[in-house]
Amino acid sequence: MAFDNKRFVERDRNWHPPAYAPGYKTSVARSPSQALVSLQTASASELTGPEFRKLRMGPHDNDLLLNFREDPALAGAAGLPVGERIIMFGRVIDQLGKPVPNTLVEMWQANAGGRYRHKKDAYLAPLDPNFGGVGRCLTDEAGWYRFRTIKPGPYPWGNGINTWRPAHIHVSVMGPSISTRLITQMYFEGDPLIPLCPIVQTLNDQEAVETMVGRLDMARSRPMDCLAYRFDLVVRGELQTYFENQ
Amino acid sequence: MKQPNSTPTAELMLRETASQTAGPYVHIGLALHVAGLPERDEEIWSRMATSEVEGEPIEVVGTVIDGNGDLVRDALLEAWQADAKGEYRPEFDLEQAFNSFGRTATTAEGGSEWSLATIKPGAVKRSDGKVMAPHINLAIFARGINIHLQTRLYFEDETEANAACPVLNAIESPARRQTLIAKREELDGKVRYRLDIRLQGEGETVFFDF
Ligand SMILES: [Fe+3]
Repeated sequence: MAFDNKRFVERDRNWHPPAYAPGYKTSVARSPSQALVSLQTASASELTGPEFRKLRMGPHDNDLLLNFREDPALAGAAGLPVGERIIMFGRVIDQLGKPVPNTLVEMWQANAGGRYRHKKDAYLAPLDPNFGGVGRCLTDEAGWYRFRTIKPGPYPWGNGINTWRPAHIHVSVMGPSISTRLITQMYFEGDPLIPLCPIVQTLNDQEAVETMVGRLDMARSRPMDCLAYRFDLVVRGELQTYFENQ
Repeated sequence: MKQPNSTPTAELMLRETASQTAGPYVHIGLALHVAGLPERDEEIWSRMATSEVEGEPIEVVGTVIDGNGDLVRDALLEAWQADAKGEYRPEFDLEQAFNSFGRTATTAEGGSEWSLATIKPGAVKRSDGKVMAPHINLAIFARGINIHLQTRLYFEDETEANAACPVLNAIESPARRQTLIAKREELDGKVRYRLDIRLQGEGETVFFDF
């Protein structure tokens, strides 16, 4: 079978945040207390995963400036969301530097005021009638993805008396297998709220935090239109192993 | 023998992008109608099989429960399973009668159950020749979960296959193996399996690293 000679670089669980991170209070009752059971022998169950080339997408699924209108009659500037217009782009590559083509990248975010279009978000910043806050696309043959959106605002949350999330965009990537599945958040370079955030602080390693920071890229920005932030996603490396008996 | 692509030295390898919680609003991005957002052309959701596909149609349901015994009402689950023959079908296409991949969620309302409409998967052969009992791979994402949890759902009525499954047997505690076994119910002639996922404490579900 095709998956027989394939495996993935072991996931370094000390690099990722631990399940139990008491500074992030919700993790306390939602973290397993037993050790994970390691699957020693590779099988199709973990080495394969879905691919989405046939998933039909709308023309603006990756354009959050255009993909939501409370009033569809609005058009042009009257129908645009409020906020700093940005391009968020990057490449999905694996740990060996190999691009991951045609993989699904999904994202969701708050509006410029820091409010999510979600029934449960009651923050006092208003909803933007022209902003939904969700996007998706497939990477191209070289692993590139691209979204057009507005920069989300920071928002307060109840973890402490005065805790704020830095501006962030939630990002979900599939990769070649369910073993490479990853959900993370992109932060914005230079945001003073990053080091203060209990969710960022679930990570033990500053270098790991750096992997979640989108970098301002002036060369890719559009003059008189929008700034660009580059955010590369690195998923687990796919190893081809050659066995003695083959 | 020469190994042309053996593991590169760790220093030369890039580090994986770090994981962060999917947060309380994961449904905005991955389960739009649950968040109250309009759906797009096509969405990845919980109907994995239609009646045209070979295999026993089943419904799979459950809850997610935290360490205090409370329902986790903001989780997203992803399912990955083989078809009735035990083969995974990587190409996701809503026009076909079966997809190996599906998504479901727990919600703020009612009993907060996740559910999948699918078929019972066949047994899957491992690369070492051992056969794994029919199972559905599940990944759980939610606020407070810093990196998604990976588990499996097995079927109560596959007694023999379960007893021989190398993955179930890799779980040291026989009592803990039971946390992965979904209970069979019959409801108006329809077959339904139930598995409650316990994140922590008594009856804690087995989660895997792979
Ligand atoms: Fe958020």
